[in-house]
Amino acid sequence: MDDKIPAWLDVIVLPLMSLMIAFFVTGLIVLSIGANPFSVAQAMIEGAILRPSGLGYTLYYTTTYILTGLAVAVAFHAAMFNIGGEGQAMVAGVGVAIAALALDSTHWMITLPVAMILSMVFGAFWALLPAYLQAKRGSHIVITTIMMNFIASAVVGYIVIYVLRDNVAGANETRRFLEGAHIPRASDMLSWIGIDGYSKSVPMNITFFVALIAAVAVYYLIWRTRLGYEIRAFGLSSSAAQYAGTSPVKIIIIAMLISGALAGLMANNSVMGEQVKLGLNPVNGAGFIGIAVALMGRNHPVGIVLAAFLFGVLVQGGAELSFSYPAVSRDIVDVIKGLVILFVGALDNMLRIPMEHWWINRQKAKMA
Amino acid sequence: MDKQAEGENGMIDFLYFFINPALLKSTLVLSTPILFACLAGLFSERAGIVDIGLEGKLLLAAFGSAAFAAYTGNAWLGMFMGVFVSILFSMLHGFSAITLHGNQLISGVAVNFLAVGLTGFLGKAWFHQGGNTPALSGNSRFTAIDLPFAESIGKIPFIGAFYEDVLSGNAIWVYVALLCVPLTAFIVYKTRFGLRLLAVGEEPSAVDTAGISVPKLRYKALLISGILVGLGGVYLSNGMLAGFGPKMSAERGYMALAALIFAKWRPWQSLWSCMLFGYFAAFAIRYGSYDFPVIGRVPSQFMDALPYILTIIVLGGFIGKAIAPKAVGEPYSKEH
Repeated sequence: MDDKIPAWLDVIVLPLMSLMIAFFVTGLIVLSIGANPFSVAQAMIEGAILRPSGLGYTLYYTTTYILTGLAVAVAFHAAMFNIGGEGQAMVAGVGVAIAALALDSTHWMITLPVAMILSMVFGAFWALLPAYLQAKRGSHIVITTIMMNFIASAVVGYIVIYVLRDNVAGANETRRFLEGAHIPRASDMLSWIGIDGYSKSVPMNITFFVALIAAVAVYYLIWRTRLGYEIRAFGLSSSAAQYAGTSPVKIIIIAMLISGALAGLMANNSVMGEQVKLGLNPVNGAGFIGIAVALMGRNHPVGIVLAAFLFGVLVQGGAELSFSYPAVSRDIVDVIKGLVILFVGALDNMLRIPMEHWWINRQKAKMA
Repeated sequence: MDKQAEGENGMIDFLYFFINPALLKSTLVLSTPILFACLAGLFSERAGIVDIGLEGKLLLAAFGSAAFAAYTGNAWLGMFMGVFVSILFSMLHGFSAITLHGNQLISGVAVNFLAVGLTGFLGKAWFHQGGNTPALSGNSRFTAIDLPFAESIGKIPFIGAFYEDVLSGNAIWVYVALLCVPLTAFIVYKTRFGLRLLAVGEEPSAVDTAGISVPKLRYKALLISGILVGLGGVYLSNGMLAGFGPKMSAERGYMALAALIFAKWRPWQSLWSCMLFGYFAAFAIRYGSYDFPVIGRVPSQFMDALPYILTIIVLGGFIGKAIAPKAVGEPYSKEH
């Protein structure tokens, strides 16, 4: 008899139950400062989903989180915890800015592909050293990627301030990109299909579809190719995979390069799609949210897209709160993120173990 | 003759530039919270538990202690609250890592998010000062302590000046942190508990076979770790500064992890590596806009990144080899 719970319990019921607990605890915290959790939740949903411009912002965040979530998932399938998405995306931001600054007098159809390639190359490059050290010297990937995050923040700070900075305006950022690096936003794309009047300031843009394509590509890679099979086999048992002739060095490095490239893609959304210039922090914690997204989505692209949307709703909804509930600061979003990671990830066994017992007893009862 | 004297003066000036009381004092101040967190990490990692939530616990303890000190008007009550909060989250980490065999990294990430969220959310709701706590003063504040005979010893050149201008005149937690180093070395290397701790981080099954409870030992290690990192947080908001500000831990918890690796998980080396990292930070603050001969200005970004670059070099085994406790990060269950 199988002592594991079936997939539908593992993938759907368990995360949803954990999510409910996380929301419940959040509700208690909101209640503790004298606010009504239900009306706060209502305001968040209204601001993040029901209002059209709010939905645009939500999908903008979703784009970023899909990509950083996929980045974490690909590394996870090879049994590695890439906590360095933050740094990889930050460095990729420089790649995007270089492409945009060089080509923004042309057309976005030229600029975007070049920026995407550069962002992936830069992101992968930043993952290369940790991957190499893990593969060849056994230095733990978690520690090295954390270190690389801080080095990235220093390097990007240096490049922005001393190399790419726009000395005319004087702020620590590049000049605003010209028309040729303005990728189509939701308002542009809607007007292509004849719907006019959507707010031009909503940053959701064409890279949303890039993220969806990336999700399909990751699905195809992990479950439909030889390389993906090797990655998963290595992730399940590195010794067995090695015995079967898979080179661990190759798998570690390739998985991390793909992971870094995916994290890097995210920079197109924030640098070109939203800010239209490169500042000091083009990532703003999205790399860490990717960890939560991958956990919640059980490292599967479909789950990741849904979880990314959930986190998009939380972040956008939290931003909306400051208008309707000044007492409830948007810090509550970080609390929710922490609780979701805690209950869905760290305390997963708290529900899983009782559920496994329940399932086994049920199977036994059926057989008897 | 004159030229030689000038040369000697130049040499002394040169040394003074890198080793002067103000710079060393700032080094001591900046390395203290890192040292607390680093020793905290030492206890937990030596017992086999990775804790990247040190950063979050620093922040939570800083908030807890400043908020409670402001509320009660008593610095010591604030200290207890800060340490209590830190222990609470250490135990949460233990529940996930030890009891539930959960992923220790994920639990650490959760603590770090919760720390930023809770301190910001509760701070703004309670004090209405954009996330700051009220400034601490009088009885609610840990003030600088003058060490005995500082003034008379201060007349002795070099060592006296070091005693009077660097060592003396800090908040009590600086001295507590320094004392924790020999204490940690003693506990870890000379006591039965410490030797068991080392064993449980290397070969938990051997400890288990000897009839000693692995979970109990690991919970004890996390308790000590929680107290130590909690004191680091207390010093941040009450001692180093006089009140809590949002995200004031400023990556020091991560830097402590780097220092721990740099120290190869040893107590005395932890002191030196924290001092070194503190020195980099002090140097960046003091000479951020100084024009050096030949190289010109040293960008603060370089000094910021230096501890992490050095740690990666050590991790890669390019200088010595940093080998973590063997069982670190692995949940222990009897059936394996």
